[in-house]
Amino acid sequence: MTATIARRLLAAIPVLFGLSVVVFGMIALIPGDPATAILGSYATPENVARLNASLGLDKSLPQQYLAWMSGVVSGDFGRSYALNRPVIDIVLERFSATLLLAGASLLLATLFGLLAGIVSAVRQFGLADKAITLVVLIGISVPSFWLGLLLILFFAVRIKLFPASGMVAIYGGGGPLDILHHLVLPAITLALVATGVIARLTRTAMLEVLRQDYIRTARAKGLTERRVIYRHAFMAALVSVIPVIGIQAGFVLGGAVYVETVFQWPGIGAMLVNAISQRDILLVQGGVLVVAASYVLFNLLADVCQTLLDPRLK
Amino acid sequence: MTAAATTPGDATRPQERRRREWPSTFALILNNRLAAAGLGILAVIILAALAAPILPLADPNATDPANRLAPLFSDGHPLGTDALGRDMLSRLIWGTRVSLLVGFSASLIAAFFGSAIGLVAGYAGGRTDQLLMRLIDLMMAFPYILLALAIVAILGPGLINALYAIAIVNVPFFARNIRGITVGLARREFVDAAKLSGKGPLRILWSDILPNVLPTIVITLSTTVGWMILETAGLSFLGLGAQPPQADLGSMLGDGRKVMFTAPTISLVPGLMIFLIVMSINLIGDGIRDALDPRLRSGAMARPSFRTKVARERKVPMDRGSRKPVSAGVSGGGHPPLPAGISPTRREVDRSETPPPRDLPPCGGSKGRARPAARPGARQGRGECLGTDRAAGENGNDPAEAAILDVRDLRTDFHMGSEIYHATGGVDLVIRPGECLGLVGESGSGKSVTAMSIMGLVPSPPGVIAGGRIGFKGEDLAEASDKRIRHLRGGAVSHVFQDPLATLHPLFAVGDQIVEAIRAHQPLSRRDAEAKAQDLLALVRIPNAAQRMKALPHELSGGLRQRVSIAMALANDPELIIADEPTTALDVTVQAEVLRLLDELRRERNTAVLFITHDFGVVSEIADRVAVMYAGRIVETGRTEEILTEPAHPYTRMLIDCVPVMGEPERRLDAVPGRPPAVNRLPSGCAFADRCPRVEADCRSGEIPLEEKRGSLEARCLHPLQPGEALLDEAAKIHHPEVLP
Repeated sequence: MTATIARRLLAAIPVLFGLSVVVFGMIALIPGDPATAILGSYATPENVARLNASLGLDKSLPQQYLAWMSGVVSGDFGRSYALNRPVIDIVLERFSATLLLAGASLLLATLFGLLAGIVSAVRQFGLADKAITLVVLIGISVPSFWLGLLLILFFAVRIKLFPASGMVAIYGGGGPLDILHHLVLPAITLALVATGVIARLTRTAMLEVLRQDYIRTARAKGLTERRVIYRHAFMAALVSVIPVIGIQAGFVLGGAVYVETVFQWPGIGAMLVNAISQRDILLVQGGVLVVAASYVLFNLLADVCQTLLDPRLK
Repeated sequence: MTAAATTPGDATRPQERRRREWPSTFALILNNRLAAAGLGILAVIILAALAAPILPLADPNATDPANRLAPLFSDGHPLGTDALGRDMLSRLIWGTRVSLLVGFSASLIAAFFGSAIGLVAGYAGGRTDQLLMRLIDLMMAFPYILLALAIVAILGPGLINALYAIAIVNVPFFARNIRGITVGLARREFVDAAKLSGKGPLRILWSDILPNVLPTIVITLSTTVGWMILETAGLSFLGLGAQPPQADLGSMLGDGRKVMFTAPTISLVPGLMIFLIVMSINLIGDGIRDALDPRLRSGAMARPSFRTKVARERKVPMDRGSRKPVSAGVSGGGHPPLPAGISPTRREVDRSETPPPRDLPPCGGSKGRARPAARPGARQGRGECLGTDRAAGENGNDPAEAAILDVRDLRTDFHMGSEIYHATGGVDLVIRPGECLGLVGESGSGKSVTAMSIMGLVPSPPGVIAGGRIGFKGEDLAEASDKRIRHLRGGAVSHVFQDPLATLHPLFAVGDQIVEAIRAHQPLSRRDAEAKAQDLLALVRIPNAAQRMKALPHELSGGLRQRVSIAMALANDPELIIADEPTTALDVTVQAEVLRLLDELRRERNTAVLFITHDFGVVSEIADRVAVMYAGRIVETGRTEEILTEPAHPYTRMLIDCVPVMGEPERRLDAVPGRPPAVNRLPSGCAFADRCPRVEADCRSGEIPLEEKRGSLEARCLHPLQPGEALLDEAAKIHHPEVLP
């Protein structure tokens, strides 16, 4: 088992390397002179030259990559121009907030998605199935930035049950309960799409599994229907749903951009949008690299879970 | 056409069906009410967006600060005005126009480049494939929206750049899907033929492969287009897409957010429009996928329920000779054994009649000779009861030797679309305690359906038990409660299935699976159950039983797996084992071992066995009696040695001739020529007539009963073989159809 996990970890290394090349390439790909692009067309030639030198842009591309990479490995992503702080500090601070939001959403999406998918498959063509199918359809069609507004208007403005924005209350906030209170609306907003996708795939996987011969065997043994569905069918369906949950992690991490903007959640997505508008390239680079790397690690985790569950994959 | 339709091997039908299929795809989408609704909504939205320049709308960019934030339905502004006093209805329609244009353009760009990459990678294979797919994988290693953000960061904010970003991000979906299909197609014969004809790779891709991957492109497009519209709107919402004064739905929503608390409709209306567009596209996408994905047609994805559905107006057996309900005579466990395979006349008229009382009187005897009716009032003579007359006490059968399984007139239908297939058309089976009945037939003859109907294991939908009685120790299982069925399954009646790799759960250790079977029926602790499971593994002669307990099915050989299945079937000392081709999937040497094991165990434990097989060689090893099935009915039954040596039915003879015999290399091993008729349109008369070398004119009309022939044999044949009569001489006839009557 350890060998399997080690092998998967090793396989992730080239992917991480590829990611770093792509993210590094961002600067090289910027049309025209990056320093001018960053500083704007009114920058003085001295400033442009100084920035080019500090970005190491006077060296060859491989040299630049090596310099950048050795910085990244030692935790130095450079300095943000707009905020004048080390990129790594901003990114870590913001990423922890995103991780909380995305983690909560993924948890909600997994729980409700699996449950809805099972119920939908077991009650195929029944009323529950139709209701779930409808909710799933709405869930995957609704723009999350619009849903967030609706939830704010109803739950924060109309019935004042949850706060409209931010992660902590301005006065006396910051405790775990306070954060949880602020987390509810954004987490639900972000979870909805992933819930829909997971529910759909769980339903399909369950229907597929329920037709298998080993389900007939389980029934022929005289097991209760509950045991047949929740143990025999669900465990087999889960094997094919887990990678989908891993992929949904990417959608949740990406979709966090909208939700963070709507709810003013101090996450990395909202930060990236600002950084892009301000052309704060080093900050964008650092943020994208950290989020993408965490996504790779998350998929690795899903992979390992799948292997643990299905020993045939070893 | 009706006459042609009944002819097996009719070559025109598949083509006709195919021709019907394509136009019906569109019809299928329309038939899907939700997809049709989606199409309707989308059509209205697209028409409005297209007609924007000619509609009597206000200038979408004309500001009017005096009239800012007008509410809904105000004068001249049905949807009010925004923070700059611009008419919302006009902005909504013009914004929709921009959003749709950008979304569809992005989709087409993504579809074009993604499909091109997929086609090239899949067709070229080798290094090209490797390189392209690694790049695609790398793109997919980024979280979806993050990659779009990164691209916008490079290109700079703007609507066209957002369009490119969304298109690029979606390229991998197309590339992967199309490559998957192309790889399969590139190895097909028609591509080889095209290569040999001197076509270049580009022409082959264009004219031979592209038409075949087009449905996949359409499906992928229909499932991603909604996403792309949503995401371009999202980028605009973030301020990275459309820049003022240009506006799409996303940037309208983003602008409206600034006055969200004072005038919520300004942000809610464009959001609602995005939602409507995306949902209608998703509805259409689902419709297209359902229509193009053949697995979803005809309810193939339907979930089999706990138990086969039993038709409410199930016909229970009655005396068909007199067309009157027979007196409900013997029911319950006390009645004497029946011979296997008595299938009374069946006509569609019977179905419309009122259901008779629920039991068939005892009829016929196992040794099946003509004898006087013994039950007054039940029966007038042999003519009416079709040679199935019998009475308690005769043949020395005392009630203790009552049948354990007594199936009468079992009819299991499959409802596929509007067609009803009569998989079994009235099957009678009887098994006594400790007896092994071999049920033999070609695939599709209904033997497995018969076996699986007993404990309600035929998948429903599409299976329905439309008629008959399934007597188990006097109880009609078709009427038993679900709880009772569950109690019997794996308890008194257990199963061994064909392919042990597919029938054992792939993720659970075999020991756990046996333990589960034990504890479903016996109040044992886990530890005791484990000890018992280990004993069972030893009983079926699995070496190192203790270690094998922890093995997963895929870690065992086929023979060992089937031994595990047998151990599981024996776990609760069943009285009847239903074995559905238990040796078919095994190697020949292993087959013999497993067969011997099963035979020994059933003799030791006096367990009755219903043994389903298509192989007469296997039957001779294990069965006491044999019933031969053809087209859903029993056509011959009798004691094994009599059937094997001198069968009366030509079909049985031909099946036996299929078995190779050691030391007779010159023996013909022809499969039975021709094919069985489709069970949804059986010809009248003998179902085997078209393949029978002894067919006469009278074989093709009327109902042919299962009658006693000689010895223990009963056959459904008007011109049975006589002892010693060979079939092969007659076989010449089939090659000269003109001599047929």
